[in-house]
Amino acid sequence: MNRYSVFSVARNAMNYNKDWERAWRSPNPKAEYDAVIIGAGGHGLATAYYLAKEHKMTNIAVIEKGWLGGGNTGRNTTIIRSNYLQEPSIAIYELSRSLYEGLSQELNYNMMFSPRGLMMLCQTEHELRALKRTWHANRHAGLDCRMISPKEVKEICPIINDDPNARYPILGAYYQPRGGTGRHDAVAWGYARGADAMGVDIIQNCAVTGIRREGGKVVGVETERGYIKTKRVGVVAAGHTSVVMQMAGVNMPIESVCLQALVSEPIKPVIDCVVMANTVHGYMSQSDKGELVIGGGADSYNNYSQRGSFPALEHTVTALVETFPIISRLRMLRLWGGIVDMTGDRSPILSGTDVEGLYVNCGWGTGGFKAIPGSGFVFADTIANGRPHPIAEPFSLNRFAEGRLIDESVAAAVAH
Amino acid sequence: MLVVTCPVCGVHGDETDFHCGGQAHVARPASTRPENVTDAEQRDYLFIRHNPKGLHFERWRCDRGCGKWFHAARDTVSLEFKAFYGVTELPPVELMKQATGTWAEFFKDKIKAGKAS
Repeated sequence: MNRYSVFSVARNAMNYNKDWERAWRSPNPKAEYDAVIIGAGGHGLATAYYLAKEHKMTNIAVIEKGWLGGGNTGRNTTIIRSNYLQEPSIAIYELSRSLYEGLSQELNYNMMFSPRGLMMLCQTEHELRALKRTWHANRHAGLDCRMISPKEVKEICPIINDDPNARYPILGAYYQPRGGTGRHDAVAWGYARGADAMGVDIIQNCAVTGIRREGGKVVGVETERGYIKTKRVGVVAAGHTSVVMQMAGVNMPIESVCLQALVSEPIKPVIDCVVMANTVHGYMSQSDKGELVIGGGADSYNNYSQRGSFPALEHTVTALVETFPIISRLRMLRLWGGIVDMTGDRSPILSGTDVEGLYVNCGWGTGGFKAIPGSGFVFADTIANGRPHPIAEPFSLNRFAEGRLIDESVAAAVAH
Repeated sequence: MLVVTCPVCGVHGDETDFHCGGQAHVARPASTRPENVTDAEQRDYLFIRHNPKGLHFERWRCDRGCGKWFHAARDTVSLEFKAFYGVTELPPVELMKQATGTWAEFFKDKIKAGKAS
C-alpha cells in the first residue's frame, strides 16, 4: 500500500496523477476462508480490518451485494456522539467516538473527523429533565458533557430561534463538545484500504444467496460467484439482516424501516456545530461544502425500497424552519432514504447465535454511523475468540428472551 | 406516500391519517395457555418479527376517521397495498397462499375455510 502524504501528492502531481495505485483490489473469491463477513459497509469493513490487525486473521473475505459503502454508510447524516443513557451504550459509543479521534492517522486516510460540538435542545420541561438525567448518567461514566443555558445555546449557535414565546422555546441544551461529524464515505474507504492492505479480500457485486449449515454449525456461504467454505460467518448486513439471517434459519427481533435525509443547496457557513431538536424531530449540521445536512424521524412502516414518504420529510423540515427561521427559503438539493434495522429496545445486537460459527452485528437503528469503529473492534474480538467481548456482551441476542433490554428508545426520540 | 383505505368506515387518505401498528397475526401464547409460556415463546411474541422483503401483513389504525384498528397486506418493496381487511378477518385466500414465515403456518389450516374466521 502506498502511503498517502504531502510527498505522494507532489510526486503524483509530477506524473499528471497517472500512477496512483488502486486503494483496494478486486479479487476473485477463494474456495475457503477462515471467516466470511457478509456486508461491506462501515461495520463490516471495520470488523474485517480489526480481525486482520488485532487478531492476525488475514485469510478472510468481505462479501458485498452492491458496492462498498453503498448502503447506510453512505446514506447517514454523519453525526458522531456518545451521550447515551444506558451504561452499555455509553461504553460502546464512547469507545467508538474515541477511536474516531485517531482514525485518520491510524488508517492514513482523512475521514475528516470534526469534533465541532453537538447539542441536544431541551424544548419542554420534560425534555430538560430527561436530558439532565442522561447528563448525570454520562458524568458517572466520565464523559465530557454538560448542560448549557439558553444564552450559551445562542452564543454557540446564533441562528437558532430563541424566542421565549415560540411553541417549543429553548430551555437549555445538553452539550457534548467532542461530538461532531465525520466524512462517512471516507470511513468505509479507509477501512477497506486498510483491510485490503493486510490481505483481506473485498468481493463486491456478489450477493450471498444462502448460508450452508451442517447440524448446528456453519460450513459455508453460497454466493453469486460460487460456494465458499468457511467455519465462521459474520452477518453485518443492516437493512437486510432479517433476510440474510433467515438463510441460516434464524429469526431476528428486527423490523426494516426507511430513514430519510436531505441536504440543502450550499451556502456560506452559518452553523458550526450539530443541533438536534428531539421534541420537534429534526437535526441539522453544515457540511464542509456548505450544504445543510438534515435528518429526522424514520418512516413508521416496514420498507425495503430505500424510498420513504414525503410526510416524514415535511415533518422534519417544518420542525427545522421553526428552530432555524433563516433556512425557510433555502432550496433542497437532494434527498434519499436508507433501510435501517429497528430492534424493540432501539439498541444494537452484537452476538453469537444458536448456530455455531454464526455471528451477527445489526440493529443499530437510526444511529449506526457513529458506532462503526467501536462496533468493528468488539465484533472482530467476538468472532476471533468465539466469545462475546465484554463491551459486546450486554448486546447479545439472549437479552430479548431474558428481558434484559437496553432501553434507548426514550433517550433519543429522534433518529440521529 | 402510502394511500390507505379503512375497511371499517371506508375513508381514504394518506398515511398521516393512519397509524401503522406493525406485524399482524402475531399469536400471544399467554392468551391460550397462560400457565406455561416459556421465555423463548414470550420473546417470539414480543420481539421476533418476520420482516420479509415482499408480502407483509400488518395492522393499521384509522386515526383521523373511525379510530378502529384493521389489517392490511402490503408489499415492502413496491409498497403497494394488496388488501385491507377487518381486524377479526383473514386476508383473501390468494394472499394467504403467498404468505411466508410464521404467517404461512398460521394461515395453513385457514385457507380451506376461505375468508371467514
